[in-house]
Amino acid sequence: MDMHVKKLGLKEKYAHMTRGLGWDTTYQPMEKVFPQATFEGIKIHDWEKWEDPFRLTMDAYWKYQAEKERKLYAVLDAFAQNNGHLGITDARYLSAIKLFLTGISPLEYVAHRGFAAAGRNFPGVGPRVACLMQSIDEVRHAQTQIHAISNYNKHYDGFHDFKHMLERVWYLSVPKSFFDDAFSAGPFEWMIAIGFSFEYVLTNLLFVPFMSGAAYNGDMATVTFGFSAQSDEARHMTLGLECIKFMLEQDPDNLPIVQKWIDKWAWRGIRVLSLVGMMMDYMLPKRVMSWKEAWEIYFEQNGGALFNDLARYGIKVPECLTQCSVDKEHISHQAWATFYQYGGAAAFHTWMPNDEEMDWLSAKYPNTFDKYYRPRFTYWREQAEQGNRFYSNTLPMLCQVCQIPMLFTEPDDPTQICYRESEYKGEKYHTCSDGCKHIFDDEPEKYIQAWLPVHQIYQGNCFNEGVDPTAEGFDPLAEVLKWYHLEHGKDNLDYEGSRDQQNFQAWRGMATQNT
Amino acid sequence: MSKVFIAFQTNEDTRPIIEAILADNPHAVLDEQPAMVKIDAEGELVIKRESIEELIGRDFDLQELQVNLITISGHLDEDDDQFKLSWLN
Amino acid sequence: MQIDLRTVSIKPLRNTFDHIARRFGDKPASRYQEGTYDIQQTDIFHYRPLWEPEKILFDKSRTKIEMKDWYALKDPRQFYYGAYTIARARQQEAAESNFEMIEERGLAALVPEALRDIALDVLIPLRHVEWGGNMGNSYIAAYGYGTAITQPCLYHAMDHLAVAQYLTRIALTLDTPVALDTAKDAWMNGALWQPMRQHVENLLVLQDWFEIFVAQNLVLEGLTYPLFFDHLDSKFAAGGGTAISMMTRFMGEWSAETAKWVDAQIKVAAAESAENKQAIADWVVEYRGRTLEALAPLAGRAFGAEADAVLGEVLAAFNARCAKLGLSV
Repeated sequence: MDMHVKKLGLKEKYAHMTRGLGWDTTYQPMEKVFPQATFEGIKIHDWEKWEDPFRLTMDAYWKYQAEKERKLYAVLDAFAQNNGHLGITDARYLSAIKLFLTGISPLEYVAHRGFAAAGRNFPGVGPRVACLMQSIDEVRHAQTQIHAISNYNKHYDGFHDFKHMLERVWYLSVPKSFFDDAFSAGPFEWMIAIGFSFEYVLTNLLFVPFMSGAAYNGDMATVTFGFSAQSDEARHMTLGLECIKFMLEQDPDNLPIVQKWIDKWAWRGIRVLSLVGMMMDYMLPKRVMSWKEAWEIYFEQNGGALFNDLARYGIKVPECLTQCSVDKEHISHQAWATFYQYGGAAAFHTWMPNDEEMDWLSAKYPNTFDKYYRPRFTYWREQAEQGNRFYSNTLPMLCQVCQIPMLFTEPDDPTQICYRESEYKGEKYHTCSDGCKHIFDDEPEKYIQAWLPVHQIYQGNCFNEGVDPTAEGFDPLAEVLKWYHLEHGKDNLDYEGSRDQQNFQAWRGMATQNT
Repeated sequence: MSKVFIAFQTNEDTRPIIEAILADNPHAVLDEQPAMVKIDAEGELVIKRESIEELIGRDFDLQELQVNLITISGHLDEDDDQFKLSWLN
Repeated sequence: MQIDLRTVSIKPLRNTFDHIARRFGDKPASRYQEGTYDIQQTDIFHYRPLWEPEKILFDKSRTKIEMKDWYALKDPRQFYYGAYTIARARQQEAAESNFEMIEERGLAALVPEALRDIALDVLIPLRHVEWGGNMGNSYIAAYGYGTAITQPCLYHAMDHLAVAQYLTRIALTLDTPVALDTAKDAWMNGALWQPMRQHVENLLVLQDWFEIFVAQNLVLEGLTYPLFFDHLDSKFAAGGGTAISMMTRFMGEWSAETAKWVDAQIKVAAAESAENKQAIADWVVEYRGRTLEALAPLAGRAFGAEADAVLGEVLAAFNARCAKLGLSV
C-alpha cells in the first residue's frame, strides 16, 4: 500500500491545523459561547473568509521564538556581566528608558491580557489563533523589557517601583488610560485600537526610533529586546490590517463604526506618542532623527500608503490628523517644557538642552524652534545657572480624555493653549483638542469615569494612610510623592547634580582608568 | 503607487537575505541605519526562497525570516516559495 | 588608554524592583520572579468594562475561590516566556524527528489496521476536545486574577493548540486529509462522541474561571490523558503500533509535566480555606461524573471488553491524586 502522503502546501496545511479545529456548538447556543461577539454592532457573516496573515503552527512558533529568546538572553547576560550600562553615551539617556519601563512595559502586559480575551471571544478560529499568538508575544515583550531593564534598575534611580507608579503617577495615566480604554471596550474595538491603530499605524513610530536611539547611545540591552520584540510586531501588524479589511468586507454597515474607531484611536495614539516625540528630540544624548522626521517617514508616508489602500472600502483619513501636520512642529517642545517645569514630580531627570543641542533643534525645526521655544529655554537655562531653577509645585489641569496636561496650543496659534469644553449631565468637562472633545462627546458615560491623577490629588485621594492634610506645615506635593513611592532628590529633579550623574561618572572613571 | 518596506536586524543571518532581495527586486532601495537595514520598494517586494537558498547553500524555510525581522509595511502574502509585500492600489 | 572592565566591581544600589523586594527582600531575584510577581495591575482602573460594567478590568470576584494572595499560586516549573518556549522547543525537536522518521521510512504503513482505525476513531476527533481546552485556558488567561496563574494558563492554552495540531498531523500521517473530515463528522454527529461534545460545550459557557481550571485542567485532562496517552499508548506499543506511540510522545510527557503544575495550584488553593476546599471538591465530584460518562463510549471503542477495567484503573489513580491534594472526593 502506498502510504506516501502528498506534501501539503503551507496554506493548506495551516488551514487543517487551525480552521478545522473549530465547530458550531449545538448543545450550547453560539451566543452563549461567544457572548461578546455582537454587542458592538459589527456584523460578521462568514468567519471562514478570514485570511490568515501569518501561518505559524505551534511547533514552528516554539522553534523560532526559542531561538530569539536564546539570543536575547545571551546578550542580556553578557550585558550584566560586563557592566554594559557603562557603555551608554551618558546617563541622561536613561530618562528615556525610565519612561519606557514605567509607561510602556506594563502596557505590553495589558496587551497580553487583552489579546487573550480577543483570542477567546471571536467566533472565528483564524483570528482567535492569531490573537492568542499575539497574547503570548505580548507577555514576552513585558518580560523581556523588565529583564533587560532590571540591570539598569540595580544601578540607577527611577526604575524601582514601576508597576506602583504606573497606576498612580500623573503622566503615566496617559498610557495607562489608553490601554484601559481599549480593554474595557469590546473585542472588535480592541482590534482597531491596539491591533490596527497602535500596532499598525503607530508602532513603528514608537519602536524603530526608540531602538535606533538605543543603538546610537550604546544601549545594547534595549536594542536587543527592542529589535527582538519588533520581529513579533511584524506579525501583529499584519493581524491588525487583516482584521480591519475583514470587518469592512463582511458588511457595509461596519464602515461607519470602523471609521469612528479609527478616528478615535488614531488620535488617542498620537496623543500618547507625544511622550515619544519628547524622548527623541530631548532625551537622547545622541539623536537619530527628529520627531518630525520620524512622523513624516513612518506616519505621513507609510500611513498615507495605508489609507490610500483602505480608501477602496470607503475609509477616510481621520479628520483630526490634518492638525498633526501643524502639531509635528510643536508637540515635542511643548511636552518637554512641561516636564521641565514639573520635573519635581516626575520619576526621571530633566534638563535644558545645551547650545549644540539647541542648534540641532533649530536645524530640525526651522519654522518653530527659534521663534517659539529657544528664547524660553535659554531663559530657563540661564535662571538655573544662576541658582534660580524653578520647579512648579502645583499640578496642571488634565484633559478628560487623553489625560495629558493642558499644554498643547491652538492649531492656528502656537501662543495660545488649546482648551475645549463639553457639558454632560450638568457638569463641565475639559479636553485638550478637537480630537479629544469629539471622543468625549461620543462616549461621555465612559470618559466621565476617568481617574484623573490631578483631580484625585486635589480631592485628597493620593496621600498615604494616616496623613493629615489639615496638619500644620502639610506639604501636599511631598506627600503625593511619597504615595507615588517616588524618592524625592533621587528619582526626580535635574540630571545635573543627580545621584545617577555622580555614580555614572565615578563608575565610568573606574572602568576607563587604572587608578 | 505607494511604497512597501521591510527591515531586518543587521547581522550574519540577514546578509544573504538582503543580498537576495536586492537581486530579485531591482527597484528596491537599501537604507542602512544603526543596527538595522531597511529596504524600501515602490508597489511590491518579493522575497524568494530559492534565491536565498542559492546564497546560503542549504534549505531555507521562509518562516526563518521572522527571527531577524524588524518591521514590514504592506499586505503580506506568504507561501512555501515566496514572501510578498504589496499595496493593492 | 586601557579599558579593562573586568577590574570594575560596582556595588549595585539595589538588587531588584521594589515590588519584588517587598515580597522576597532586597536580594537578586530570578527572571521568573521579576517577570511574574505583581505585574498585573491591581489598584486603579479608569473605566468599567462595557462587557461587564458591574466589575473592574481585573476583578477578584470572577471566581468564588478566595485567596489572600493570588501570587501564592506559583508555577513549580517557574515558566516565564523564555523558559517556556525554550522547554517546548526542545520537546518539539524530539517530536519533529519522530514524525520525520515515520514519514521518511513509511512506518505508518506498518501499523496494524485495527490499531490504525482505533487511532483514527479516537485520537483524531480528540483534537476538538483539545481546542475546547485551548478556549477554557485562554478564558482564564484573560479573566483570571494574578499573573502567577494567568500566565501559565496561556501557555497551557497554546499547548492545547499544539496538541490539537499534533493530532491533526497524526491524521495526515496515517491517512489523507479526508480523515479530518471524517473525524469532524464523528465529533458533530457520531453517537460515540456526543456525550463528550456536550460536556466540552458545557465547559465553554462556565463563567467562574477557577471552576474552569478544575473542570478542564484537573478533571478532564486528569482522566483523558492517562486513558489515551498512557493506557491506549501501551496498547498501541504492545500491538505493533509503535509509530503511533512515537507520534504521541509529546502528549505523554506534557501531561506528566503539566499535571504537577495543576496539582500545585489545587493544593495551595484548597489549603487556603475550608470554603475553597469544599468548592473545589464539589467541582471535582460534579465534573468527574460527567467526564466519566463522556469517556465511557470512547473507552469502549478503544479497549473493547477491557474498557471498564481500564477506566476503573484511571479513576482509581485520579482519586488517589485528589486525595494527595487534600481533597475528599
